[in-house]
Amino acid sequence: MNKILEKQYFSEKVVKLVVEAPSIARSRKPGHFVIVIDEACGERIPLTIADADPERGTITLVVQAVGESTQRICALDQGDFLHNVVGPLGRATDIAAHGTVVCAGGGVGVAPLLPIIKAMKQAGNRVVSVIAARNASLIILEDQVREWSDEVIIMTDDGSAGDKGLVTQGVENVILREKVDKVVTIGPAIMMKFVSALTKKYEVPTICSLNTIMVDGTGMCGACRVSVGGKTRFVCVDGPEFDAHQVDFDEMMLRMRAYDKPRK
Amino acid sequence: MEDYTQVVGATISPRDAEWREILRQDKSAKERSAIPRAQMPQLDPSYRVTTMEAEVNQGLSEEQAVVEASRCLDCPNPGCVIGCPVGINIPGFIKNIERGDFHQAAMTLKETSALPAVCGRVCPQEKQCESKCIYNKMKKEPVAIGWLERFAADTEQKRSDSDKAVQPLTNGRRIAVVGSGPAGLSFAGEMSRRGYDITVFEALHEIGGVLKYGIPEFRLPNVVVENEIDSLRRDGVNFEVDCVIGKTYSYDDLLSMGFEAMFVASGAGLPRFMGIPGENLIGVMSSNEYLTRINLMGAGREGYATPVLKGTRVAVIGGGNTAMDSVRTALRMGAEEASIVYRRSEAEMPARVEEVHHAKEEGVKFLTLHNPVEYLSDENGRVCAMRLQRMELGEPDASGRRSPVPVEGAIEEVPVDLVIVSVGVSPNPLVPSSIDGLEVTRRGTIAVDDTTLQSSIPVLYAGGDIVRGGATVILAMGDGRRAAAAMDEMLSAKGK
Repeated sequence: MNKILEKQYFSEKVVKLVVEAPSIARSRKPGHFVIVIDEACGERIPLTIADADPERGTITLVVQAVGESTQRICALDQGDFLHNVVGPLGRATDIAAHGTVVCAGGGVGVAPLLPIIKAMKQAGNRVVSVIAARNASLIILEDQVREWSDEVIIMTDDGSAGDKGLVTQGVENVILREKVDKVVTIGPAIMMKFVSALTKKYEVPTICSLNTIMVDGTGMCGACRVSVGGKTRFVCVDGPEFDAHQVDFDEMMLRMRAYDKPRK
Repeated sequence: MEDYTQVVGATISPRDAEWREILRQDKSAKERSAIPRAQMPQLDPSYRVTTMEAEVNQGLSEEQAVVEASRCLDCPNPGCVIGCPVGINIPGFIKNIERGDFHQAAMTLKETSALPAVCGRVCPQEKQCESKCIYNKMKKEPVAIGWLERFAADTEQKRSDSDKAVQPLTNGRRIAVVGSGPAGLSFAGEMSRRGYDITVFEALHEIGGVLKYGIPEFRLPNVVVENEIDSLRRDGVNFEVDCVIGKTYSYDDLLSMGFEAMFVASGAGLPRFMGIPGENLIGVMSSNEYLTRINLMGAGREGYATPVLKGTRVAVIGGGNTAMDSVRTALRMGAEEASIVYRRSEAEMPARVEEVHHAKEEGVKFLTLHNPVEYLSDENGRVCAMRLQRMELGEPDASGRRSPVPVEGAIEEVPVDLVIVSVGVSPNPLVPSSIDGLEVTRRGTIAVDDTTLQSSIPVLYAGGDIVRGGATVILAMGDGRRAAAAMDEMLSAKGK
């Protein structure tokens, strides 16, 4: 049982939870995720760790209410408990001095991107962050992203904040005006697919972080498998980050709909 | 032939005990061998496919067990013991059943096996102890050793807790166990009995490993596993769930937490796929995923959040016990048709004979000498058919089994809406790769000394599937036992 110490609404459907998990807080690195079970009969769902405080023994999760379990988690209050939290899982982000790094995050994907932005900055990179959402109210963590970025570009579908347009336009503008050595992208699968297609055109190495369906999260079930460079890989143990140019996003998006309809 | 007295300790019920001599003279071998083998009471196939929880085999009655035990000739050189991978004193426990001392029977089992209630249910007895029973040579059915083992263990589990041992004092030396499957549990039991302070770390949220997530309730009820775990808890074993060694705590963390040594029994883990087209379609999944969703996560049961695909026409690829578990589970989940697709013939199937028999009784179709080569999808990316290559048996391969070869041009298309791939597992690199200096084999298993199970790191021992790659519950338990004995010797010699 892991206690929720803080809860903050980023928007109607997106909440930030600060959760007690001392051993995870101590061992987690940027890129890692946890598996959460909200209640005794709950399902195991993967959530990327947005931040951690080893001294306080807490991790920060940003959860978007999309399915039954995430809706229940978002409805929990400060003082409530998550039934199980296990991690940190997956491989940590490869943090290095690349030069100029563009961090492109969409919607709730900005949360797991934040620790990477911070680590890339600390590693000596010039960091340009492009954060995007449908409208201004769905832009999250802007201040924290600004704190660790040399420049922040905000893109909204309706132009209610920053520039009007998609995340890809923001990224392309940067690539056209300066040399970009690496792109890191986290967000909805469809967004990462288009970011990847764009950077492939410009031959900029790109890392994406995948959030597929998982059960155990330790390599045991294979529910999370994706095709990367024509080979089947497991997101939970081989990922969650992969060379975006090698990922078969269409197959991945298909597989993520496995339980959409005939869910009984 | 090995000398059996060297294989088995037999300290509890030695053959030369007076009561056993009297018992032997009670009936002649002719009388004993004239008794027909017991029939296991089992649920009716048409009923049992409607329920996930009910165990198929109901267990022998007391009367049946005593009669069955009296069939055993108490051989001076019992082959059954040689056939048992851990050398259980089989005649010793059986003769205790015959004389009505079920507690002593259970104690005799416990002397060698940490989880007899489990082994009585899941061991392939027909390939082990029972295959070496003298009755086979007499062209008679062997003594039902597995069913008797289960009887003794179940009867013991039903005894009230107050009769059982109280928590012993520990010697204060802390040992970590990685994984709570059969190898880890067996090791934990052995070491706590020797006075060590044991903590078992489990990655999942429940204790039991494959006994929980893998083997379905209809073959091994969770309550049986829970009872074994409770008994370890009473013996002072600590359990910590939701803890992935190599992630949550590193090897160095464990040392700095005061653990002197550790036993890694993290299991085989990664499911294998065949690498054929269409394998990543929706509706194609590993048996690990399918069984974990249902057994561990309660998918399909009222009130549980985990979803599972319910196939109408289900194909399970493979011929092992996990394949049988999956196909029989599919029937219980409401499949109209459930088939085993296996590339060799039934004679080569690695599954227990009893499981194959039960599966047939329940209406499972067997497509032997067939091998999938491709899965086809409907317009929504869901599997709708499989293309099967007909096979025939050629020359024996490295495993000694005749290897399957494709019959040229013999390919058929069979409609399916759920495919469960059960073609084995490979070692999970998660734990081995997290420990610097730990030697692994080319196959990715942890390299250990054959006898002591000590790895290249002197305080790290390993056993079960992370060493064997994919074996049985009893072998995993045997490893736990051997590693415990060797580690105890090492630590005792080293001193505190």
